[in-house]
Amino acid sequence: MKLHEYQAKELFHRYGIAVPHSHLVRSIEETGQAADALAGSCIVKAQIHAGGRGKVGGVVRVKTSRQARDAARRLLHRPLVTAQTGPHGLPVNSLLVEEIIPVARELYLSLTLDRSSGRYCLIASAQGGVDIEQTARNTPERVSRLTIDPLIGLRAYHARGVARFLGLDGPLAKEAVALILALNRCFLDRDASLVEINPLVVTEEGHLLAMDAKVSIDDSALFRQKEVADWRDETQFDPLEVRAARSDIAYIKMDGRIGCLVNGAGLAMATLDMLSECGGKPANFLDVGGGADQDKVVEAFRILLEDPTVEGILVNIFGGIMRCDLIAASLIAAAKEVGCSLPIVVRMAGARRKEGRQLLEQAELNIVWQDKLASAAAAIVRHLSPAV
Amino acid sequence: MAILIDRRSRIVVQGLTGSSGRRHGLLCRDYGSQVVAGVTPGKGGMNIDGIPVFDTVAEAVELCQVDVSMIFVPPPAAAEAILEAGDAGIRLAVCITEGIPVQDMVLVNRALGDCSMRLIGPNCPGLITPGQCKVGILPSDIHRPGPIGVVSRSGTLTYEAVQQLSNAGLGQSTCVGIGGDPIIGTSFIDVLAMFNDDADTEGVFLIGEIGGTAEEEAAIWIRQNMRKPVAGYIAGVTAPPGKRMGHAGAIVSGGSGRAADKIAALRNSGVEVAENPALMAEVMQKALRSADIAGHDS
Repeated sequence: MKLHEYQAKELFHRYGIAVPHSHLVRSIEETGQAADALAGSCIVKAQIHAGGRGKVGGVVRVKTSRQARDAARRLLHRPLVTAQTGPHGLPVNSLLVEEIIPVARELYLSLTLDRSSGRYCLIASAQGGVDIEQTARNTPERVSRLTIDPLIGLRAYHARGVARFLGLDGPLAKEAVALILALNRCFLDRDASLVEINPLVVTEEGHLLAMDAKVSIDDSALFRQKEVADWRDETQFDPLEVRAARSDIAYIKMDGRIGCLVNGAGLAMATLDMLSECGGKPANFLDVGGGADQDKVVEAFRILLEDPTVEGILVNIFGGIMRCDLIAASLIAAAKEVGCSLPIVVRMAGARRKEGRQLLEQAELNIVWQDKLASAAAAIVRHLSPAV
Repeated sequence: MAILIDRRSRIVVQGLTGSSGRRHGLLCRDYGSQVVAGVTPGKGGMNIDGIPVFDTVAEAVELCQVDVSMIFVPPPAAAEAILEAGDAGIRLAVCITEGIPVQDMVLVNRALGDCSMRLIGPNCPGLITPGQCKVGILPSDIHRPGPIGVVSRSGTLTYEAVQQLSNAGLGQSTCVGIGGDPIIGTSFIDVLAMFNDDADTEGVFLIGEIGGTAEEEAAIWIRQNMRKPVAGYIAGVTAPPGKRMGHAGAIVSGGSGRAADKIAALRNSGVEVAENPALMAEVMQKALRSADIAGHDS
């Protein structure tokens, strides 16, 4: 789960990591007042769950509170499209109005999981403010990666080594050690999957400060991270994704016209791949999960049926724990409730396939039955092709 | 012979008194697995359909000589259940639980380095040696005994592959679901090495997906070590970057974890990779033919 920059900075502040003075605002009026409080000269930053804001005018440096209001008028309550948001962008509902801080140097610091070793790693670079993956590719010697043994933990001597690598000495090195250890505490306490400061700046006054902040929380740990779990901003997701999440359905909105309902993440991905191989475009990824009951499956069908971009539905079920007849009964119940005239292609295999097929054949729905994945994908694409 | 489990395996179910543990513990027993004990802290002395329940894994080891544990413990306590199994001298733990916090698994992963127990999973369907023993939630009736080892990060996609293989006359030596989480106990390479040394396995089918670099690492290992033909399929060619596709580990991030790179790496190592999920049995047959193993594709 991603946090907004202002939420991440709030966390950093609590752990003693210096961040710029700022005000979170939600209207043009508040933006002007916040800019006045900073004597006019400030940075106005759109709060969305994506990077690349600076390049598209989502981070604006202003000199007067009037310019701040203009920036707010331009940004607030409309989507901001960046390289990371996809074509529809993400809605800007709040702005962070921040003091301007004269900067001497820009560094990079982050903690994340290294999947190959199964351990957390601390990544640092003296070259901050730019894409770290690019730096790592082009000049790997400028990026340090420290893998942390969880039984030993991140120690002060590790942090001293990183400070040295960043070219920090004297009082700045001491500040860096404290900051790195604080960042690690924050990372572990909050079950983060990523904490990133880019750039971490050395101010002209000679102090370290987190100019930007990116934090993601491990979704699997949200049950024990109640406070941050409550910080979820549902406006940053497609409304159908929000609805699916409430029923614990893995759902991702996509750009095509074919609604997909599958059990199992791997099979769901494979089904999308098969569709695209047949020239079709999925409207969504949907994994209804292994142990779903009828209510959950009905809700999954409702989500597909209520999506206005869906023009046909492909159901692909491999029964194991999930029984095919339960899927069939749920599809019929949802179609009755919502009213459905869309073409539906159903492919079922495994547990109680026959019973599932029988139920569907008795129902008065526009259903085509297929035995194989490839022919099922081809059939739904064929059904929709006249409209192309 | 097969790998990891056979008809002699003696199984304890951690979480046997929960609904999933009970259901699948009994289904495994129906299949022929020797499910001889259960563990639920605080419920020692109970029995589930004749299977005795203990408070600790150590008691199950001592009194029932179990060597394999199937874990159905909910996410908040699952990491501790794995650690307990390792401490009690279990040889193989199979953790079905989905949704264990990554931080817990970082610690488990480190602790397993100092212990002789092998962990399969978490977030996996388990494994099966057809005709002998099942430890997990895989549907029994699609499997046939035979010469193909199957290793996969997925659940239902594995069933799809197995059904295609069985329909094509290609039975399985052992099928192992290694799990869809970012940190798992057993890697593709671990399982490939076991199949390489297994007299009953003539070829291997590998099912990967987007996220991480496990398939690329497996490709390098195959090129250097594998003596048997390998075929495979990678799911997620059309997955949008930055989105988590159901599995916690299935995400393309920062240009790494893409399906296209995994497919290219495997093909470079001589692996036959299916163009789409309908062709899984076909590429397996092709790999066997090129290696001059007839299989049973008459």
